[in-house]
Amino acid sequence: MMTLSTSTILFTLFAVGAVTTALLTITRKNPVTSAISLVAHFFMLAGLYLTLQAQFVAAVQVLVYAGAIMVLVVFVIMLLNLGREQQARERGSILRATAGIATGAIFVVLVVMALIGRPTGKAELDPAALQIGTAESIGQHLFTNYLFPFEAVTLLLLAALIGAVVLARKHQATEE
Amino acid sequence: MLQSIPLDYYLILSAVLFVIGAVGVITRRNAIIIFMSIELMLNSVNLSMVAFSAFSGDIAGQLFVFFIMAVAAAEAAVGLAIVLALFRNKQTVYVDEVNIMKW
Repeated sequence: MMTLSTSTILFTLFAVGAVTTALLTITRKNPVTSAISLVAHFFMLAGLYLTLQAQFVAAVQVLVYAGAIMVLVVFVIMLLNLGREQQARERGSILRATAGIATGAIFVVLVVMALIGRPTGKAELDPAALQIGTAESIGQHLFTNYLFPFEAVTLLLLAALIGAVVLARKHQATEE
Repeated sequence: MLQSIPLDYYLILSAVLFVIGAVGVITRRNAIIIFMSIELMLNSVNLSMVAFSAFSGDIAGQLFVFFIMAVAAAEAAVGLAIVLALFRNKQTVYVDEVNIMKW
């Protein structure tokens, strides 16, 4: 099958974009450039979710990751004033380069093994995929079958909120 | 029938993104960039969850993605608060220069 379908073009576009922006994120010296690349990466992932008919997950990806979490990261970078003057401290080391190359090599072995093994060959989305990605079906399942994990997550978020406040405030009482 | 890219491609892409994140954690020394690499790894797992969910017609994968996002948000808040506290006490965000827990 050599015809270029729309899904093939979209997948290639978003996949190449996602890998490129991920590589930019971990290679740029300036943390602000990394953060902007990561925002672009989250948008590419949202596009991939759309090719999988997961509309609601794609919307939440943009809102929560590209919106909320990255604003927090950029805010901390700004607060700490991490500029170019500190870049010299990130010097290369043989040990670290070796560790990075070894991780990449293990990954290449993994992919080769996966390609030698039998592929699933599944090239069709399940017919139900069109229905399950909508906000309606997600909400329905989240508040019925998955109510307990949902409540547990609210507790986790409350704990994280209190923990962040306690960690980040100034300890004036101990300094005096 | 919803013709699509084979599932294997999504899984390999997800593995590629995970390894990029892992290499970032190992090779970088800036705490904020390490933090962003962890987000890369979390997102690659989300991608394979959504792919499995769409190809098997099961909603559980997409619901897990929401829980992972909530955990990532909690991690972002606490992790960045730790970076702030670290910077306030040691005036650095480079993890090589923070070694008081080493003997």
